[in-house]
Parts: sequence; C-alpha cells; structure tokens
Amino acid sequence: MIEFLHTNMAYLLNGISVGGQYALIAIGYTMVYGVLRLINFAHGDVFMVAGLVMIYATTAMPMYISIPLVLVATVVLGFLIERAAYRPLRSAPRMSVMISAIGVSYLLQNCALYFTGGLPQVYPSIPFLSESVTIWGATTKMVTIVTPILTLVLVIILVLLLKYTKIGMAMRAVSKDFEASQLMGIKIDMVISATFVIGCFLAAVGSLLYFTNYSSVIPTSGAMPGLKAFVAAVFGGIGSIPGAVIGAFIIGICENIIKGLGWTTFSDAFSFALLIVILMVKPTGIFGEKATDKV
Amino acid sequence: MKKFLALILVLAMLMAFGLCGCGTAPADNGGDTAEGGDSAGAPAGDTVYIGVYEPQSGDNGSGGKQEILGMQYANSLTPTVDIGGTTYNVELVYADNESANDKAVSAANKLISAGCSVCLGSYGSGVSMAAADTFEAAGIPIIGVSCTNVLVTDGNEIYYRICFTDPDQGTIDANLVHSMGYNNVYCLAMLGEDYGQGLVNYFVAAAEDLGMTVTQDQFPEGNSDFTSYLTNAKNAGAEVIFAPCSTGYAQLIIQQAAAQGLTVPLVAGDTWDSGVISDACVAANGANEVYCSTFYANGSNPEFEDGIREWINGDSTNLANNGGTDELAATTVLGYDAYYVALEALKAAGSTDPAAVWEALPGVTYDGVTGNIAFNDTGDADRHQAFIKNFDAESGTLVFYDLIEF
Amino acid sequence: MEKTLKPRSEKKTENFIAIICLVAFYVLLFLLDNYLPRNSFTTMLIPVLQKSSIFALVCVSMNLLNGFTGLFSLGQAGFMLIGAYVYAMLSIPDEYREAVYQYSGGTNIHFSIPEMLQGVIGQSAGSFFGAIICIIIAGIIAGIFAALIGIPVLRLKSDYLAIATLGFAEIIRAVFQWDKLGKITNGSYQLRKYTAFTDMNINIGGNVIKFTSIFPVFIAMLCILFIILLINSSYGRAFKAIRDDEIAAEAMGINLFKHKQMSFIISSFFAGAGGALLAMYQTTIQAMAFKTAMTYEILLIVVIGGIGSISGSCIASFLFIACNEWWLRFLDSGSLFGIVPVPFFRDGFRKVVFSVVIMVIVLFFSKGIMGDKEISFKGIGGFLKDPFGAKRRKAKKAVAAAAAAEGGEGNE
Repeated sequence: MIEFLHTNMAYLLNGISVGGQYALIAIGYTMVYGVLRLINFAHGDVFMVAGLVMIYATTAMPMYISIPLVLVATVVLGFLIERAAYRPLRSAPRMSVMISAIGVSYLLQNCALYFTGGLPQVYPSIPFLSESVTIWGATTKMVTIVTPILTLVLVIILVLLLKYTKIGMAMRAVSKDFEASQLMGIKIDMVISATFVIGCFLAAVGSLLYFTNYSSVIPTSGAMPGLKAFVAAVFGGIGSIPGAVIGAFIIGICENIIKGLGWTTFSDAFSFALLIVILMVKPTGIFGEKATDKV
Repeated sequence: MKKFLALILVLAMLMAFGLCGCGTAPADNGGDTAEGGDSAGAPAGDTVYIGVYEPQSGDNGSGGKQEILGMQYANSLTPTVDIGGTTYNVELVYADNESANDKAVSAANKLISAGCSVCLGSYGSGVSMAAADTFEAAGIPIIGVSCTNVLVTDGNEIYYRICFTDPDQGTIDANLVHSMGYNNVYCLAMLGEDYGQGLVNYFVAAAEDLGMTVTQDQFPEGNSDFTSYLTNAKNAGAEVIFAPCSTGYAQLIIQQAAAQGLTVPLVAGDTWDSGVISDACVAANGANEVYCSTFYANGSNPEFEDGIREWINGDSTNLANNGGTDELAATTVLGYDAYYVALEALKAAGSTDPAAVWEALPGVTYDGVTGNIAFNDTGDADRHQAFIKNFDAESGTLVFYDLIEF
Repeated sequence: MEKTLKPRSEKKTENFIAIICLVAFYVLLFLLDNYLPRNSFTTMLIPVLQKSSIFALVCVSMNLLNGFTGLFSLGQAGFMLIGAYVYAMLSIPDEYREAVYQYSGGTNIHFSIPEMLQGVIGQSAGSFFGAIICIIIAGIIAGIFAALIGIPVLRLKSDYLAIATLGFAEIIRAVFQWDKLGKITNGSYQLRKYTAFTDMNINIGGNVIKFTSIFPVFIAMLCILFIILLINSSYGRAFKAIRDDEIAAEAMGINLFKHKQMSFIISSFFAGAGGALLAMYQTTIQAMAFKTAMTYEILLIVVIGGIGSISGSCIASFLFIACNEWWLRFLDSGSLFGIVPVPFFRDGFRKVVFSVVIMVIVLFFSKGIMGDKEISFKGIGGFLKDPFGAKRRKAKKAVAAAAAAEGGEGNE
C-alpha cells in the first residue's frame, strides 16, 4: 500500500491540487445556484478572463500590484455581468436566464479571442508559487502544496462568514426561500451581488493558482474547468459549500488517477458520467438537502 | 416593443442587402484582403490573387502566423509576376481556418469566392485534409507548405506539397533517438490531431523495428495539465519523450517537465522549430534537452536570413506574429519558398485560370532556400534531406544539430 | 399562438401561394447550381445555403424539444455526431477504406451502401438513394441512442436535464474517439471520402446537372415539414400541453414519459439526420468538432429565431450562417469596404460583434425574430403595408379615443 502510494504520489498530489482549484470555482457555482437557481455557465469564463487580466497586468506593473488588481477586476467583472445580464431577467423564466448565461460565456470567449488574437498567452510565474519542491520522491511546484491549504482556509472563512455575519444570514435565507426573504426585508439585489462578488473573488484566486500550474491561457481555458467545477458542485449537493469542496477534490483526484491508468480519452467524460450517476441515484448530491417540488 | 422588433429586422435586412451589394463588388478588387496595408500603394493594373489558407487563431495560430510571415516577406520582395506577357500584381488573400477541421470548409470557400488562382497552406495536416475536397470541387489547386501527413496529398489530386512527409520524419526521429543510445520512448500526441498522431504512428513503427520500447498516450484538445502524462512517462521508465504537438502544448510540456524534475530529452517534429519553443526552454532554464526534426537549418543562407530578420524587426506586427523574437522558424522559410513555387506555377500556366495552374503545377520546379523543389506523382516534393535542431542554452535558440539524408 | 380558424377558401389560397413560392425557390436554386455565372456572390451563396439549411434542420429539431415540449436539452451536438459518424461509416467506398482507416489498422466495415446501390441502379442514382438511406439510418441510430439516454435522463427537470444531456453528449464524443473502437469509428482520426454533395451530380452525355445546393435544402425542408406536421398533430398538442404545464397535462391524461421520450427521440432523429448532412457538407468529419460550443451555437440560433417558432429558426439559421461566414467577414479584415483602414477591425472582431448582438437579443428582444409566431402570407402582406405598426397603433389610439367597443389586433 505504502509502496503503491509512493509510486503514485505524483498523481495524488496533482489531483489534490487540481481538486483545490476546481473547488474554488465550484463554490461560485454552488452559491449562485443556491441563491438564483441559475447554472452560471459564464463562471468558467470569468475564471479565464482573470487569467488574461493577470497576463496583461504583469506586463505593465509589478507583481504585488497586479495580483490585487486581478482580484478586484474579476470581482468587478462578476458584479457587472450580474448587473447587465442577469438582473434584467429576474422575473423571466429560468431558461432565459440560463440562455443569457450561455450568451455571456460566448461573449467573454469571443472577446478573449479578439484581444489575444487567438494565440495561447503565457502566464507569468509568480515568485514563490512557481518554485519546485520535492515531496516523498515526487517533484512538483510549490503551488501544488499551497492550493489545498489555501482552499481550505478560504472555505473555512467563507463558512464562518455565512454563519455569523448579517449578509451571510441573508444569503442563507434567500437560498431557502426567495420570496419569503424578500418579504422579511432582505435586499435581494444586494445579496445576489454579494454572492457574485464572493464567487468571482474565489474564481480569481483559483485562476491564480491554476494558471501558475498550467501556465497558458487560451479563450476556452475556462470552459472545461468550469464544467467540471459545476459537476463537483452537483456531486456535493448544489448549494452546499463543503459538498462542493469535497466533490471538487474527488473529481480532481479521480481524473488524475484515470489519466494514470491510461484511459486519457475518458478523463473529461468521467466527470460527466459521475454527474449522471449522481443525478440518477441521489439528485440532491451527497450533502444536499432534500427538496420537495412544490406545485 | 413590436416597433423595435420591426425596426431591427428592417435594419438587419437593409444591412444584409447593402453588404450583399458591396460584398460582391469589392471582393473582386480585394475588399477582404488588406492586411498590413502594402496593397494600398500598389500601381494600378491586373491583379492575381494567391489564397493563404492558414490558421491564425487556435492551437496552431502561432505556427500559421509564422508561415504567413514567409509568404508576406516574399510578397514584399516580389510583388509582381509576369503571366503570359502581362505583369500582374500579386495579392495575398487570407482565410483563417482557426486550426479547426470543421472551420476548414468555410475558410476554403472564402478563398474560392475571392477568385484565387492558387492557394497556399496549411500549417497543420488535419485542416489541409478537411479542405481538400472543397478545393477540388472548385478546381483551385493548393500547395501544402508544412503539412506532413501522407493523407494530405494521397488521394487528393488538387493538393501539392513542398515539404517532406511523416513516414520520413517519423523514421528520422526514431533513428535520432536510437543513435543517442536510448531504448525506451514515451510518445504523446493530441487526440484527433492528424499531424501528431500520424507522426507518432510512423515513429512507433520505426522505433519498434529498431527494438525500442514504446509507450503511447494521447491528451485531449485544450488540455493544460500534463503532469499526469509526464508521471506516466516516468513510471514507464521512459528515457526520451517524443511529443509532436502544436507549440502551445509544447510550451506546457517543457515547463511542466522542468517543474516535475523530469529531465529526459524531449524530441519532436517540425512544429517545435519555433521561437516559442526556445523561449519556453529559456524560461525552464534548459532543464530538458530539446531536439526537433525540421525543414531548414538556420545559418544555411545568411543573406536571406539577414534580410527576413531585418524585415521582421522592422514592423511590430510582424515581430508579434513571430512570437516576439526574430528567431527564424523553418515554416517561415518554407512559406517563403511556397510563395515562389506559386509564382512559378502561375508563370508556367501562362494564365490566372486555376485550371491552367493546376495543369502546370506537376511540372514546376523551383530552387528554393530550403532546397530544390520538384513534385512527384502523388504531388509531394522530392525531399531527401531533413535537419535536426536542438536547444542551445548559451544562445537561447534552437541551433543546427545534424543533417539527415534519406 | 392560438390559431384562429380561417375560412377554407382563404387557407386554400395560402397553400396555393406557398406551393408557387416553393416551386419558384427550387427553380432559382436549380438555376443557381447550374446556369448562373460563378462570381464571388454565387460561389459564397451556395455553401451558405447548404450550411444554413442544415443548421435550420438541426435548430428546428432542437426547437421541437426546447420550444414545443419544454425540455431544455443541450445534447444536440452528441446526436449530430452519431448521425455524422454513422452516415460516414456506411458510405465510404470500399476502395478508400484502407486509406481512411490507415492509422486504426484497417476496418471491420466492408460495405458501402451508396456503392452497393450504384451497382444496381447506376452511378448518380445510387449515390442519391444510397445517401438518403444512410441519412435515414444515421437518424435512426441517433434516435436509438436517444431512447436509451432518455430513459434515465428525462426524469430530470429543467437545468438538471440540460446539464445531464450536455454530459451525455460529451461522453458520446469520448466514446467515438476511443481508439479501441478504431476499427469502426476510426478513433479520433478524420473520416473522409464518403458520399458528399458533389456526388449528387448527374452526368448525362457529358452535361453535368448539379444538385449541390438543392439536395441539402430539399432534405432539410422535407424533415422540417415532417416536424411541422407532427407539431400540428395531436401529439404536437400534447407536447405543447407538457411545455405549458406538466402537472395539468398529466391530469388531462397525457402520458408524460411517453410523450417526452417521443419528442426526445424524434428530435434526436432529425439531429442525427442533420449531422449526416453536415458530414456531407464538410466532406470530412471528426468527433473533436462536436463540442459543447456547437450546441450553444445551435441554441443561440434558436433563441434568435424565437423559441417555439419553426420559421424563426429557419430565418435565424440563414442570417446566422450568412453573417458569420459571409457578410460580416469584413469585420475581420482590417478595413471597411477595402479602403478605410479601421484599427480595431482585425481577426475575431466579427465574433465579438456577433456575440454582442446575441446578448442584445437575449436581453431586450427575448422573443427573438419571430417570437412564437410563424410566417404567413397574410402576415407578410400586413407587414409590408404597415412595417412599423404605426398605422395600426394610430388606428388603435383613435379607437380608444372614440371609446369604441371593438378594435382588436389583427393576427400577424
């Protein structure tokens, strides 16, 4: 067993690291879905845009300014997307909002295509995170170690935020019952904006970690991680933050094991197979609350 | 609301018809073609259009742009051609195939409707194969520049090619690995990419004949996480990694191999001969030795190289299209030769009619920078030499390593 | 949406006009294929017509599901892939098989339907009927897959259904790229050399009669006609009932699962047929191209045309394809009309403009071009007489001012 772990340490480490990055994206999905009942297809692309902003920022300014700038810019982008593309459709059918999300995703990808000229952009190396480190015979980048730790810290902060702050309580109330919380005097728009801000902030952190590891950004870079993060969110039970994080780690690790087994053709399909199995067997996910459909 | 709807509809229709009207007229005088603005100042006269069917975005975008640079440079040196006693201005018409086989047909149609007499391209074999039938139906001949897959010309009579092919290249690479004394190879190519998969195929065949152990793996399109694949290579005990893939993926492989401390040599085909690769090697501190087989060795023709370097450095767009360096990729040089082969074909045809050019092409010969070009029965150039380049940490570029005659 | 009953004679005239228009359209297409001179306009019009008719079919099939049955499915690309592959696998001539399957070590399929028929009924007729049989088989196989997928998936609701079908499409793509199936699907490599539109030409004594653009338009129109008939049948009414209110529909005695399954299978059948046509258009196919992005594109066309409008989907496909591949190309070229250099016109700008237009439609004109209405000659006539609705509004105002009792809006 120990021997097996030792030879496959690299897969595991990498899986955990990817899982952490998926987790940071998945939280954005799960929170937005919790509040708005919307699969925010554009979330993966926000993640990609964060990567591009970092690339352009570092060509003009030092690292210690560009990193906060990336975080701020991504948050602003998320806020604006909600404002421009989702808020006008608040009373429209759910399908229209989802189509709007797909439209935003299309727009962001095409803008990225335009600005990059369709060429892969090389992500700058962030000093500490890009260094190599050897753990138990497996050499990897520092970021691999940092990712799960940072993810867990951020998740704990987020959970505390949701539990003890006023805005956190409001978010929980809105995700429980949209109309009732409105009646209770909660400012729905503010809560939704806050959800997007938090989700995008975490996506920006995720993009810093992800692209430090895999240092090239293309317009479709966000699509696959985005979808996988969504699968993770469903797997963990949509609306549940610990669920999303655990789901993301499971998907990240499984994906790397599958690649290790030589089934690379199916490394992306696996996530979807897992999703379908979960939807069939336990549609609410492993941590989701049982919901009853109201007529 | 309805008013708006109607208004938009009407506007859309008006615009559509307006563009229809305008679209027909300027397409004939090159409405779609300007890039770089050198066509604006050309003297009035007859114009012959040469289609440039190359990827300018997507995975192979940077490679395609480098190939176009060669054609543009050639065009800037020789902007006119004498066809049947008349001097024509040569204008390049560009179509971006987005490195995607499903976009190939519409890109080809753009060139066909622009009235091209002959087309050049493409970087990447898959897109070339995907467009072959469309060009064939329109009867416009196309000259492949650096698409090495056999199936590009085999069975596609309209396609000619000026570079060597995968069976040769795969064997050369396998022999290279063998001659370096390695016996265990890990092959990695992109799933569904005809160039990489085709090359790996011939490499494996040759390597197994030489008694080497080969492990094959594929990564899906858009993949950016190569750590698992590199771990696979490590666990397979690979002494060399053979990874013919586009430069974007190559960057990631070089960088992640270095980060993982996997310092085995990396070997690849002609795509890796690019400034992008040497930059990635520099960034990775040259942790891995890098070898690639290619069409042209820098330093063979200093006069030509100085000229094109100066031209690239003289324009910021060109410099950006070459990946920000003035390091010359072999595909650029091939693009340069391809342009002159097209001119020779036009001259031999004595007409701008595509059918005449097609008829004339088999007999065309041209003594280019990359060697003599003459076509055989399948439409491939008779090439009997290839170059091996490797990364030189001192100069930070890919330099000549070996010349292979076959 | 409610159809006002029209007098029989009026309906007859409308049908008559429609048939005349159709005949005129096909005559035009025939002229375009054979006699019109080749210039930059006609050489671009033919591929645009081909592709937009294919997309029209696929969009209508998606509309049947999304717009008429209320099932939000994102699996269209997967079913198109199945259709395209089945079509290609069945129609590659035997002599080319070795070359096409070169990297998969040959193939297990050793027959080609068009080739078999060519031996019996002649070259072009064989290609034509062979292609049609292959398209039908392609649709049937896609339908069978849909039936299998539908059993578990159709229990899911709205966005879960969307994401599950999207997942299935990705799984299908992975399976078709699997090298273990290489002898059948050619793994991840291209399939080529199968019967394409150019094989539809008839050669009579040296005179070639071309059907390059008639063929796809005709097949697509036939399929769309079938879907229209289905929607207007009692099944179609059941679909609409399910869309409007599932529970009420069930209470009315509509078997939910059976009808959803039926809609799903039929939609997938036509998506498969559309995939087969797309394969013919592209002359080579590869599983890699059938990505989620393709489904998104189809969905956006449906939205532009109007969810629940067949004619809307058709118009939108033509506009979308024509703008994307033809009219808006100038946005990528760096200059306007070949003279004025515009600095921000460069590669990719066309797509940015396009996606902005789509966002505007999604946000401000959520009904799309047609809403859920269909084109009718009366509607066109009314539109021509009164394009901005000014007269009608004026009349309405006058009526309101006069406080007259009657003054309803005419059916558009």
